[in-house]
Amino acid sequence: MLLSGWGRYPALECRLVRPGEGDGAVAALSASGPLIARGRGRAYGDAALNRDCTLDMRARNRMLAFDPATGVLVAEAGVTLAEIIDTFLPRGWFPAVTPGTKFVTLGGAIAADVHGKNHHKDGAFSGCIQWIDIIGADGVVRRAGPSENAELFAWTCGGMGLTGVILRAAVKLRPVETGWIRQRAIPAPGLATAMDLFEGAQDSTYSVAWIDCMAGGRALGRSIVMLGEHAARAELGPREGADPFVAARRRAKTVPFDLPGFALNSLSVRAFNQLYYGIGAWNAGESLIDFDSYFYPLDALLEWNRIYGRRGFAQFQCVLPLAASPEGLAVLLKAIARSGQGSFLAVLKRMGAQESRFSFPMEGYTLALDFPVREGTARLFTELERIVVDHGGRFYLAKDAFLSPEILRASDPRTPAFTAMRGASGADGRFVSALSERLKL
Amino acid sequence: MTKTILILGARSDIGLAAAHAFAAKGYGVQLAARRAAELAAQKADIEVRFAVPVSLHECDALDLASHEAFVSGLPVLPDVAVCAIGTMGEQAENEQSAEKSVMVLRSNFEGPVSLFTILANRMAARGSGTLVGISSVAGERGRAANYVYGSAKAGFTAFLSGLRNRLARGRTGVHVVTVLPGFVNTAMTAGMDLPAKLTAEPAELGAAIWKAVESGRNVIYVRPIWRLVMLIIRHIPESIFKKLSI
Repeated sequence: MLLSGWGRYPALECRLVRPGEGDGAVAALSASGPLIARGRGRAYGDAALNRDCTLDMRARNRMLAFDPATGVLVAEAGVTLAEIIDTFLPRGWFPAVTPGTKFVTLGGAIAADVHGKNHHKDGAFSGCIQWIDIIGADGVVRRAGPSENAELFAWTCGGMGLTGVILRAAVKLRPVETGWIRQRAIPAPGLATAMDLFEGAQDSTYSVAWIDCMAGGRALGRSIVMLGEHAARAELGPREGADPFVAARRRAKTVPFDLPGFALNSLSVRAFNQLYYGIGAWNAGESLIDFDSYFYPLDALLEWNRIYGRRGFAQFQCVLPLAASPEGLAVLLKAIARSGQGSFLAVLKRMGAQESRFSFPMEGYTLALDFPVREGTARLFTELERIVVDHGGRFYLAKDAFLSPEILRASDPRTPAFTAMRGASGADGRFVSALSERLKL
Repeated sequence: MTKTILILGARSDIGLAAAHAFAAKGYGVQLAARRAAELAAQKADIEVRFAVPVSLHECDALDLASHEAFVSGLPVLPDVAVCAIGTMGEQAENEQSAEKSVMVLRSNFEGPVSLFTILANRMAARGSGTLVGISSVAGERGRAANYVYGSAKAGFTAFLSGLRNRLARGRTGVHVVTVLPGFVNTAMTAGMDLPAKLTAEPAELGAAIWKAVESGRNVIYVRPIWRLVMLIIRHIPESIFKKLSI
């Protein structure tokens, strides 16, 4: 069937195989030819596509044990963060690290080593994983974590599914008193102010900025910086206190059909960005908002990826080292503003330091934007990639659909070690995705 | 007191979805299937998610002689019993093999009838209970593509209808719900290219079964569109129908 990532580009005809029960069924499939595991298809590009065998892990979504004393959940890889929140928020637990969508699976979150708005403080998703069970190229199930099979664990976090099939994981949750977030929104009229705000907010649990990437000149990089803390029970007002865990959920709305490509032109995006900044500046200050609106504003629009029309869209997410960030971000933003290829959803975030084998984050600033796929997109991406490489930055493979093997290697000197590990373990012949083929991993 | 739901065919996605929907409302769960010990993950999953007791029970639909003992062996006669037992078989094989055809009839019709007869009588003796039969729109009209499976489901649908009639007339306090799911995204249909608008997720089905049991519905289609689809399919004249490939 025709499969794609969340960006709906590229779409490939793939054989989607649902494994039978038991670890043995996965091992048998793996022995019969190269495959890649797929969860909910939330990676944007081609990370979870394999024409001959894409392993559908969605039904592997059983929760196996939970220890209320420690907050450690043992679950199969297909369990989503949404399921974890539904089950455990009412008991006072929340994922310790969450990306901008709750519809990711545990397996996907580990494979991409996703980060959240608290990366500067709590690190990436791998930090809350105590162990995983993984089937390697030899068909053997191994338990791997920071202290056992540590090599395998380190390569698997951020390894994009290319080290094996993750079967189960033990994930530590964070205790919370409520499902509400105390948010402080601060308008920043330009890039320098936005970065100053981030640097001054290192103690905030969560920080993120929406950035207007259509603005140029003096308004270049104008942003709304949003800081957040989990609200304590005593901090809730009467409205929130009546529903401390946000159980009375809003009904999700969907974008019911593909918008025509012209719906998203530079005028509509410019207008949206103007409006968003205006509203954000108007609403500046403290407020209590529910976790869904804070962490997952787009999940409320199920299938929001359709606003970009049939041709889909591509995300561009890079991270620049701290020292190179002020200049590098300015150059990137200028190039984007000049291209006029707009993006509603541009996000800037300060990342903390992270040691990893092949994960995306590094200390510095990450910028994420999406573009509808049309003529000129590839050219713009090439230009942006060049800027990132020149400033010592790298790219988020979970979002990527366009990178070339050469640019990957120019941006990330860890790549040869990753491919060498794949070769030595035999994973290169067993775990193969459209992404690994494109990037020659 | 905690209410209990029994799932016959607890390996099926639909049976498990029903278990989840009822466990979410606080029901204890009895999971019955062949090789029940292998359902440890499913058991743990329900216990972790919903904090309700779950027990596993060995039950072979084809082993009719064991059914009385199976029901007697349950720790408590359940308030709700869902029968999600069934197998589609390979239609091409069914056509060529009388033995395989009969097997499809036995697992979709004979076994469920045997189990529901015993459960219905015990529930009637107690004076309360609900039986939920997962049948199929395939039983509404035989089609070349799956008529062996369809004929077994037709039999099961007729059985459920008659049983409902008998138990209602007898004022037994026992109700029967017939579920005609249409397409559902399950292991049984994995790999089929199903139209998205007509295809329900198992969780949707679980919620629909809960609602139907709560409100005492008789026959439910999970997605309302199926009522219309099947109305049309039932009314196509046979002279035309026999030439169609649908």
